[in-house]
Amino acid sequence: MSDDEIQNDGYDQALAAIGDGEPYAIECSNGHTSMPPRRRCPECGDDDLSEVDIPTDGELLTYNVTHVPTPDFNEDVPFVLGIAEFGDVRLTGRVQADADEVDIGMPVELGLGESETTERPLITFDLA
Amino acid sequence: MTKFGKTPERTGRDLFAEAGSTAIDDAGIDREDVDALYLGNFMGELSENQGHMGPLMAKALGLDVPATRVESACASGGMAVRQGVRDVRNGEADLVVVGGVERMHNMGTTGATGGLSVAADDLWEIRQGITFPGAYALMAQRYFEVHGGDREDLAHVAVKNHENAANNPLAQYQSEISIEKVLEAPPVALPMGLFDSSPITDGAAAAVLVSEEYAAEHDLDAGVAITGTGQGTDNLALAERDSLVYTPATEHAADEAYEDAGIESADVDFAEVHDCFTIAEVLALEGLGFYEEGEGITAAREGETAADGELPVNLSGGLKAKGHPVGATGVAQITEMTKLFRGDHVNSDAVEDASVGLTHNAGGTVASAVVHVLEVAE
Repeated sequence: MSDDEIQNDGYDQALAAIGDGEPYAIECSNGHTSMPPRRRCPECGDDDLSEVDIPTDGELLTYNVTHVPTPDFNEDVPFVLGIAEFGDVRLTGRVQADADEVDIGMPVELGLGESETTERPLITFDLA
Repeated sequence: MTKFGKTPERTGRDLFAEAGSTAIDDAGIDREDVDALYLGNFMGELSENQGHMGPLMAKALGLDVPATRVESACASGGMAVRQGVRDVRNGEADLVVVGGVERMHNMGTTGATGGLSVAADDLWEIRQGITFPGAYALMAQRYFEVHGGDREDLAHVAVKNHENAANNPLAQYQSEISIEKVLEAPPVALPMGLFDSSPITDGAAAAVLVSEEYAAEHDLDAGVAITGTGQGTDNLALAERDSLVYTPATEHAADEAYEDAGIESADVDFAEVHDCFTIAEVLALEGLGFYEEGEGITAAREGETAADGELPVNLSGGLKAKGHPVGATGVAQITEMTKLFRGDHVNSDAVEDASVGLTHNAGGTVASAVVHVLEVAE
């Protein structure tokens, strides 16, 4: 990421925490979790929010094999994109494996990588 | 509507002027009597550097009326219809033109893929590389895991909708396809291949909504009534939904529309649903209450949603074969269904005795949904 790129408060810090191996989500007083930035719980509207640690070990719920990308991922294709569950939180990220190695239900490890096209940071799932 | 297809050189304003003129001529109204315009468009800023499309499109049609653009991703057109319906119902207007337009081919495939992706959550989806074929592929793959079914079941949806479009002169693809062709098509985001996906489309659609009083006073032939409208909302990010294989926004929109029209899902004779991808038609059938969760996947294969089936779905060809100029789609569903009812659609014979139809238009991975119930007017 270039130094002069506008930052996104809340997102950037949460992404950095994933990179540090200490990921967190936002939890409201009713126990609903979501990803930042949040001022209110998307589920119930509660504004009593706090950061809560989430595990780095998760389970792959689904995946695709993307061949036609957005321009920001022109040089990344083909790639495997997945949704995985870490505790109560689900995230979308790049599965760091070839399609034929991937199955739903596999354990994955949450991490941070970068787009080969833009070198921007992105969420990664390593096969555990 | 205009013919849907590939016309990269045509401007949005030219497309809409054609569709709007067709609608006004068809309705037989005096354009001086139009009270308002609602215009659905998703990505004019990205495709032709054009925002502020309300007044631009009003003037393209030669109208000097309050004009507002409505943006709800691929549900923009249906939402524009809903605004018009509400204006007529609450007595603020007697005559509203609702329309939609999208210019897409000038962006190229990657450009259009990028443009469409902005209907997703930028931070937690787009930056991770999501595309819309990719998002629906995530839903399809999870659906197979949870409920069973496979790519061949979905291929039947594409085959059916191409069959319906084959003789529709306004459709982008007027050709039948085989199961093998769908399964062997180039991958877009597996399990979604090229023929699981609606095409990139240039086009516009428009309809004239008129109050009962105005129609009676001016002796207009307004034979089809919008008797129910409903809208639903969900988290933009698919990962933040309760379920990856069910679309509650569709259910909420449908429940509201059914109650509004005083009907139940079982009363619907035929439907135009948002089949931007083959799996999307399955999710729509379940969300609308036509099938239990997990059971919609076999509907096309069993012929239940075919033109001669129990519940014909997407007789127009759907987004899949008619084409999907995203901002126009929700309006085109209304104009096609109106023709199906009136008897001047190529597939009207399939619904000769029908009295209740339903349109379902969705935005993103169904973070927005809008449903309308159409009935033969008394």
